[in-house]
This record gives sequence, C-alpha cells and structure tokens, in this order.
Amino acid sequence: MSNSKGIQGWIRDLIEHPVQKKRDERSFIDQKNSCPSCHRPLGAHELEAALYTCPHCQHHFRLTAWERIRFTADEGVFQELSADIETANPLEFPDYEQKLSAAALKTGVKEAVVSGLCKVDGQEVVLAVMDFRFIGGSMGSVVGEKIMRAMLVGAEKRLPVIIFTASGGARMQEGILSLMQMAKTAVATQALEKSRCPYFVILTDPTTAGVLASFAMLGDVTLAEPGALMRFAGARVVAGTIREKVPENFPLSQYHYERGFIDLMVPRTELKKTLGFLLKTHLAPQGGRT
Amino acid sequence: MSEDTLRDKLLELKGLAEKSNVDVSRELAALELKLHLPPIPAPENEAWRRVELARHPERPTTLQYAELIFDDFLELHGDRNFGDDPAMVGGIALLNGLPVTFFGTQKGQNMKDNLKRNFGMAHPEGYRKALRLARQAAKFGRPILTFIDTPGAYPGVSGEDRGISQAIAVNMKEFSVLPVPIIATILGEGGSGGAIGIGVADIVLMMENAYYSVITPEGCASILLRDSGKARQAAALLKLTPRDLLRFRVVDRIVSEPQVGAHKDRAGAAAALKADILASLAVLSRRSVESLLAQRHQKFLSLGVFHEEEARRKGLLERLRDFF
Repeated sequence: MSNSKGIQGWIRDLIEHPVQKKRDERSFIDQKNSCPSCHRPLGAHELEAALYTCPHCQHHFRLTAWERIRFTADEGVFQELSADIETANPLEFPDYEQKLSAAALKTGVKEAVVSGLCKVDGQEVVLAVMDFRFIGGSMGSVVGEKIMRAMLVGAEKRLPVIIFTASGGARMQEGILSLMQMAKTAVATQALEKSRCPYFVILTDPTTAGVLASFAMLGDVTLAEPGALMRFAGARVVAGTIREKVPENFPLSQYHYERGFIDLMVPRTELKKTLGFLLKTHLAPQGGRT
Repeated sequence: MSEDTLRDKLLELKGLAEKSNVDVSRELAALELKLHLPPIPAPENEAWRRVELARHPERPTTLQYAELIFDDFLELHGDRNFGDDPAMVGGIALLNGLPVTFFGTQKGQNMKDNLKRNFGMAHPEGYRKALRLARQAAKFGRPILTFIDTPGAYPGVSGEDRGISQAIAVNMKEFSVLPVPIIATILGEGGSGGAIGIGVADIVLMMENAYYSVITPEGCASILLRDSGKARQAAALLKLTPRDLLRFRVVDRIVSEPQVGAHKDRAGAAAALKADILASLAVLSRRSVESLLAQRHQKFLSLGVFHEEEARRKGLLERLRDFF
C-alpha cells in the first residue's frame, strides 16, 4: 500500500514506470522479481502461495474470476450457471462487438461475471465472481441477468449466495439497459429476503459506480479486501460535473469501513476462514427463530 | 434578439415542424448558418435537442409541477438521521381530492436557488428522506408519485462520506416491495443512479423533452470518445430519447408537451402530465397488492437485452413469481 512504499519507492516508480497501471502489476513481478507497491523482492511462487498478496506490504493484487473461484471453492465440482446467455448489442454501439470479442480472447471468459454452484468449507453455495479484466468488469444486460439468476437459484435451492465484486460500474455501451441492471439486481435481493437465504458480498479492487450502488451494497454481511478502490463516481465524471478534484485512488475500502458501510476488512489469506464461519453461523438451527 | 432567444426560437420551430410533419429542414439549416451554429447531422440532432430542452433553465421544476398538479400540498422535511436535503423535496398532496405522497429531485429556479438546491444533485440524506416518505405512504395506503429531474446524484466527497451508493441501492431494493402504487416521471434530466434511486415504479412516465441515461452525454464522450466536446455524438449513441426508452420498455408512456415545450407553457405541460398520472393511477388501482408487486418485480427483472434460447428465458421468468 502507498504509505508503506516510502519515498524511494515513489521515485523509482516515477523513473521506471511513470504510468504503471494496475493491470500490469503482475507482469511487473515477472520482470522485476519485486513487489510494484513496496519494491521488496518478491517471486512468482511466493506470491501465489500468499494468494496474490504481497507477504511484505499486504498489497492485494487483482485476481481473475477463475483464480478467485479456485481460492474460494472447495476442491471438486464447480457447476457453472447461465453460461449460455450471450451479450447482444441492443444500442448498435460502434465497435462494441469487437470490444467484446477482444475481451473474451484476452481473458478466456465470456462476460464480466462467472457464476456457479460449488462448496465452500463443505457447504453448498451459489458463488458469483466478477472479472475486472473483461471491459472493466462492467455490468450490462448479461452481467445483471447472471447476478439476478444466481440470487434466484439461491432462493430456489435455499442456498447461501456469495458474490465477489470487481467492476468499473454500468457498461456504457448498453446505455440505459445497463442502468436498469442496477434496479434488476437490487430487486432480485428481495428473493433472498423472502427465502431467508444468506447473501454475502466481498468487495474487491475496484468496486465502483453502478455495481457499488446496487447489489454490492445489499449483502447481509459485507466484507472488503484491504486497498480496494470503492467510489460512486469516477474522477473524470466528478471533475466534469462539479469541478472537484478527487485523487485517482480514493476512497479505498478502509475509508468506507471507518464510515460504517462495511462489516469487516478481511485480508485475502483470511477470507476462506471468515466465510466458513459466516456459513456455519447462518445455517445452524436458529435459536431465536419462531 | 440575443443569441439565446434565437436559439430558443429555433428549438421551438423544430418542435413545431416535427409535430405538424412539415419539412422545414432547409429553412432551419439557413437559420443555423446565420447563427453560426455548427451544422449537425440529423440523428445526432434529435438526441441532443432532447438533452438541451431537458436542461432548459426555464423548464418547470418538481415543486412547480406540484403547484400546478395538486389541489394542495404540504412539504415535509428531513431524513431523521442526518439532515434535510433541499435537492430532494417531497411531502403529502391532494390530487383531485385523493391523498398521495410525492417526492422528487429539485433544481433551482435561478442561480441563488440552484446553489441551495445543489443543481438538483441529491445527497444520501435526500434519498433517505425519499425512502422515509415512501414508507410513510405505504403505512397510510397513499399512492406514490416520484419526479425525476437531476444530472445525477451528487458525486463529491460529502456524498461518499455518507454512503451515496448504499442509499441508492437500498431505495431500489425497498421500493420494489412497497404495497402501494408508484408512478415515476422523468421530468427533464434522468441522470443515472441519481434517477433510478427514486425510479423503481409500477409505471414510468417520461416528458417528451426529457432524457434518461446511464451517464451524461459529456461523461460518455470524455470516457469513451476521449473528448468531452463530443457530447452531441455521445447523446445519439446512448439512445436516451423517450422514443428509444419506450422501445427498450424502460418507460411506459411519453407525456406530450405543448407544441412550444414545457419551458414555454408550464400549465399546459402540467395538465398533460396530470392527465397521464390520473390515467396511470386508474390502471394501478385496479390491481390487488399481490398482483401490483408481482408485476413490478416482473417489470424490472425482465429488463435487459441478450441472446438466449427463448423457451428457456420464458420458463425462468414464469418461475420468478414463486421467489417473491
């Protein structure tokens, strides 16, 4: 994290990588054998053993959807849901199809969320994981539909629903239909209320705008990884609307935690244990229930 | 005549021409040339015109519509938690003798008022005030009318501090189960999360010269087209006009404005809106609470366009009602 980086780290950053982007962080390690955040030595093997967190400075690197599933689900079957629905171009937005196929080619996933049935700590759950690499994890019709269906499957099968968010917000190329996915996913959480299914959200870097302002903020329990960017409006939108300057990397999950919008900050290495406890406490016979 | 008045006249003419199906495009082009306005290609024209009219400084605000539509109303204040947000107004009203609850985003009527109203950009406490009034309406069985006219929810740090994302998310979730009819109207600007935060409703009406979009044309231009000056182009790409939204089933009905536009004939616009609200209420009041909620859920859960085997999708939508 930035405050543990030190002045030397900053200077090195400026000289060597003036526009170091987060998505390049992991190739940085491959090339330099050091953490791009604290610049201490860090090898690929060591990094993976710590679930892609830096053992020195606790910097959390972004994960792909399938890495996250591998780190979260028990070994065994992951039965993917809604894998056959395909993105359309309802606005006939220029270059959207090309953008979609380029993203699919680059990432190996068909859309910005992967959902399925699996076990976590021995308990069957519905798990949905967003993938920021796919057009910034943006939510269009398919992402909204898959999130909604994950919740409905949870309600139907009476299973807990666990969602990992990572998104730049609503997908502009699907215009108003993307905005409507906010309402759709928020309305869908009511199915979990009625069936009394637990709904856990884990906010990861970054979770912003249309996703943050819908299903991401509606969990029964809301966890966040340290250092995850979480904001309602992007810096460019803020600058364009109210001429207020907001730093690129502000505010982070810690900021929202301090203001009471997150239950718990959980380092990635502790996450599975925490989820296991939550599942156990939500599924044991409820003494207070009448 | 100042350039602004000329511009207004021009917009008015365009509206008239469209209504009466007269082709005056050559005359308009000549006028635009005279004004030194850059010539605009046709499809971009339509979307941008709606955006410009939606933002017209003379356009009636939520409170002005309230004055014109209701027999009488009482404004209620505060979210009971943090404060009162002047950018979100609301209260209890009589609509042809029927008690209703209303709330909506409120733009200012001049610079000073706009500073007070934060240009119609509500803070979290505004959305929480709306939810408080909505729950009160549910308790007393009053239908809810929401009015949307905002460039967006306030995106600055004070909004983040008090949880703007959470406030909007909670409203969408809770509005979906309120056991009274809800009618939302896009009066002018339907700006993104700020709009949908009070936009979950049984029937969504939209004034003829309004827009509803996931992002402002300027925001889209600066992010996707890398040039905020290309807002006109972005407006067309975003498909944000009432006719587009009707096609996507995001809105249910377009409210016809007087030929000169709502900014020139407020009473006429309010009368048209009142008529459509009354007609919508008549439809909704025939529904049982159960079917009201089932149809509201269905409406929002089925929004979106993608490719899938039709039979599969249908089967899923039919199963939906069991989950709520």
